[in-house]
Amino acid sequence: MSDQSKGAGAHLSGHLRENGMLVALVAIVTLFLLLVRVFEGVDFLSAQNITNLFLQNSYVIIMALGMLLVIVAGHIDLSVGSVVGFTGAVAAVLTVNLDWPVWAVVPACLGVGLLIGAAQGYWVAYWRIPSFIVTLAGMLVFRGLTLWLLAGQNIGPFPKSFQSLSTGFIPDLFGVGKPNLTALALVTVCALAIVLLGWKARARDAEFGMEQEAVLIFTIRNLIVSAALIFVGYKLASFRGLPNVVVILAVLTVLYAFFTESTTTGRRIYALGGNEKAAKLSGIKTERLVFLTFCNMGVLAALAGMIVAARLNSSTPKAGAGFELDVIAAVFIGGASMSGGVGKILGVVVGALIMGVMNNGMSIMGIGIDYQQVIKGLVLLAAVIFDVYNKSK
Amino acid sequence: MALLEMRGISKTFPGVRALDNVTLAVEAGEIHAICGENGAGKSTLMKVLSGVYPHGTYEGDIVYDGATMAFRGITDSEAKGIIIIHQELALIPLLSIAENLFLGNERARGGVINWHETMAQTETLLRKVGLSDAPTTPVGKLGVGKQQLVEIAKALAKDVRLLILDEPTAALQENDSQKLLDLLLELKAQGVTSIIISHKLNEISRVADRITVIRDGASVSTLNTGDITEERIIRDMVGRDMAHRYPDREPHVGEMLMEVSGWNVWHPEQKDRQMIRDVAFTVRKGEIVGIAGLMGAGRTELAMSVFGRSYGRNISGSVKIGGKVANTTTVARAIDAGLAYVTEDRKVLGLVLEEPIVRNITLANLAGVATRGMLDKRRESQVAERYRKAMAIRTPGVFQKVVNLSGGNQQKVVLSKWLFTNPQVLILDEPTRGIDVGAKFEIYSIMNELAAQGRGVVMISSEMPELLGMCDRIYVMNEGRIMGELSRTEASQERIMALILMNSGKAA
Repeated sequence: MSDQSKGAGAHLSGHLRENGMLVALVAIVTLFLLLVRVFEGVDFLSAQNITNLFLQNSYVIIMALGMLLVIVAGHIDLSVGSVVGFTGAVAAVLTVNLDWPVWAVVPACLGVGLLIGAAQGYWVAYWRIPSFIVTLAGMLVFRGLTLWLLAGQNIGPFPKSFQSLSTGFIPDLFGVGKPNLTALALVTVCALAIVLLGWKARARDAEFGMEQEAVLIFTIRNLIVSAALIFVGYKLASFRGLPNVVVILAVLTVLYAFFTESTTTGRRIYALGGNEKAAKLSGIKTERLVFLTFCNMGVLAALAGMIVAARLNSSTPKAGAGFELDVIAAVFIGGASMSGGVGKILGVVVGALIMGVMNNGMSIMGIGIDYQQVIKGLVLLAAVIFDVYNKSK
Repeated sequence: MALLEMRGISKTFPGVRALDNVTLAVEAGEIHAICGENGAGKSTLMKVLSGVYPHGTYEGDIVYDGATMAFRGITDSEAKGIIIIHQELALIPLLSIAENLFLGNERARGGVINWHETMAQTETLLRKVGLSDAPTTPVGKLGVGKQQLVEIAKALAKDVRLLILDEPTAALQENDSQKLLDLLLELKAQGVTSIIISHKLNEISRVADRITVIRDGASVSTLNTGDITEERIIRDMVGRDMAHRYPDREPHVGEMLMEVSGWNVWHPEQKDRQMIRDVAFTVRKGEIVGIAGLMGAGRTELAMSVFGRSYGRNISGSVKIGGKVANTTTVARAIDAGLAYVTEDRKVLGLVLEEPIVRNITLANLAGVATRGMLDKRRESQVAERYRKAMAIRTPGVFQKVVNLSGGNQQKVVLSKWLFTNPQVLILDEPTRGIDVGAKFEIYSIMNELAAQGRGVVMISSEMPELLGMCDRIYVMNEGRIMGELSRTEASQERIMALILMNSGKAA
C-alpha cells in the first residue's frame, strides 16, 4: 500500500510542477500588469508590448528547445551564445558584403550551425570529452571567430527580406487587416487543438490506471491556457498581425513537443539521459544520439543567430554574449534535471516565457540591469529548490 | 553481559518487509557471526544498527551498553564506538594510508593537520593490524587484502568497541582471509567485540563464539559455535527442503539453438590481459544451461562480450544461432539476432529507474510499439499491461516509476523488457541476486516457462544450489576458461568446486 501512495504522490507532483509553472507565469504577468500600470501608467499587455515580448525573447525559446535535448541527454552546451554571434556574422558577411540572396543565406547559416554542432558533438559523443569543456572551448573559439570575421566592426544594415525573419508579420489572408482574421483563426485552432489533445491523453491515461489530476484542475488549466492564447492572439491581431517569429516559435514548439513525447528517437534520448548504460545495453546507439543532439543545438543556435541579427539589423561582435546563460536558466526553470533524463518542452517554453516577461517588465519599470540580474538569479534558484524539495518530500 | 541488544527490529521498504521483528544479542568481548542467504536482511540489520537508517525509520529498540540508542546517522554510532566496514571498501585510492586512516577524524588543531602525530599514530595502528607498508603509500597501490586491514586500522583509530564486518573475506585470497581472521581473534583478546557477516561456514566456525541465523528478514536462531554442525546452520538458513525451492519442470530439450566457439576476449584497458580464453558453449531449444564459477571467473565478461560486444576488445570467435553465423557486433544486431541479456546489476545496467514501468518494458523494442518512428502510446500501454499481468508485477499501475518497486518486481520488469524483444536465447546474469525468496520462486517459474516455449536459457549464478536446482547442464568457468561441463545427473556442489579448484591448483 505504501507503494501506491508514494507512486501517486510522485505522479501528482509532476502535475504540480507543471501547474505551478503556469501559476507562476500568470502571477508574474499579473504582477507586472499592476506595477507597470501603477508606476509607469502604461499597459503591460498592450498589443505592442506583447509583440515586443516575443520579438525580444524568441531566440531564448528557440535555443531552449535544443538545449533541453542536450540537457536531457545529460550534457550542456555553453557555446550557443558565441554561435549566435558567429552565425549572425556569417549571415552579415554573406548578405551585406557578398550580396547573397536571403534564400541562400538562411540554409548556408543553418549549415554552418550544423557543422559547429557536429564538431563539438563529435568530441563529446565519440571521445567522451566532457561537454562542459568542449563547449567552453567552443564558446571562446566562436566568439573569437566572430570578432575576426567582423574585424571588430558592425556589419549592416540588412535588406528588408532578411529583416523580415524577425520583424516581418504574416499577411492577413482574409484581407480584412484589422483585426487580423488569419491571426485570430490560427490562434483559435491552436487553443482547440491543445484542449482536444489534452482530453485525449487524459482518457488514455484513465484507461491504463494512471492517477488523474482532478477534472476541475484540468478544466481550469485548459481554460487559462486557451484564454491566454486567444487574448494574446487578439492583441496581436489588432496590432500588426502575427509576427513571423511567433509562427516559427509555435511550429518549432509543436514539432519538438511531438518529437520528445511521441517518437522513438525522442524517447531514446530520455532513456539515455536517465541511464546511459542501461540504454546502451538495450540496443540504443547512445553515442550517435548525443552527437545528434549537439548537431540539432547548432542548427537552432544558427537560426537564433539570424533572428537576432535581423532584429538588430546588423551583426555586432558582441551579439549573443551571455545568451547561453539565459537559455540554460530557462531550461532549468522549466523543470529539467541537471543529471539528465527529465524535462519537457512545454515546461521549457513556459520557463523561457517567465524569464522573458521578467526581462521585459523590469526594463519597462526602469529597474537597473544590476537588480535584474539579481532577481533572475534568485528566480532560477527558487525554481530548482522547489523541484528538489518536491522530490524529497 | 550483553554489549548490544537489538529488540524487535522491523524495517519496511516500499513493497517489501526487509526485517520482521529481528532480535540480536551480542555479548561483550565475543565474535558474533550472522549468517543468512542473500537478501535475508543481514546488511539491512547492520545499517539499522549503524544509523544508516536513522532512528524513526524502523521499529524496535537498540540497547547498547545498557542504554537505548537513537542514532541519527553514522556519526552518532561511531561516536559510541560502533564501526561498520562495508563489503565495498570506503577508502579513497589516491590518498595515502595515513590520510585515509584519519579521514574525518584528523589529528589536527584548529583545522591544521598535525602530520607528525598522524604519521606516528599511523605506524602504531599499522603495526597492530600487521601491515608494514609506509604510511605515505597511496591506498590504491595496496591489494584488496591489505586495504581490508587498513579499514580495520581506521576503525581502531576511532576507538572501536563494536566492529562490524560485512562479508570481509568475500573478495580475499585464502591466505589474506586467514590473516584477517587471525587479526579478529587478536582484537578479541584486546577486548574488541565483533560482528561478522559471512557465508563461509568454515571461517565462522573457526573464529565465531556464537552464530545468529537470519532468514527472510527474521532471526531464526542463536547458537554457540561449539554446539552445532554446518548442516544445522544450512537448514536454518534455507528453512525448507531443497526440493521445494525450485518449481517442478519436465525438460524438453530440442535441437541446437546457439553455438559459441573459439571465443577470445581481451581486457578493455589492460591490453595484454586476456579475460576469456578459447571458450565454447552451446544451448539447445528448451534447455536451461548454467554457468558456474567464482567471482571474477569471467562469466559476466563472456556474456557481455557475446551480447553485442558490450565488453572487452579484440574479440574473436563465432556465434551461430539456428545453425547460421549470427552478426552480434553491436547490441542492436545481437537483439535482432535473437539474443537477450539480463544484466547482473539491475539498477545500474538494466533499468532507467526514474522512468515508469511502461517505458522500461518497451525500451529495447520501441519499434514494436511504433509506426515509422512514431510511438503509439495506446499500444505501448497495452503491451506493458499485458506483461504486468503475465509476470504478476506487483504495482498499482504501469505508470509507476520502477525505482519504487521491490527488487523482485524490478527484475520482472527487466525480464518483460527482454521478452518483448522476442528473443530465442536469454542470458540471465545472477537473475535472483538481492531478491527475496518468494520472488525467486516466481523468477524460476518464469525461466521454466521460457524453456517450455522452446527458447534457450543461459543462467549465470554464484549460488550453486540454484544452478543445481534449475539447470539441465552446467558449465564451470574459472579464470576465463571453461573448465568442464556437467549434466544434470553428474552435477553436484563438490564436482563444481573440484572443477574450479583444478585450475587454481595449477596456478598455485
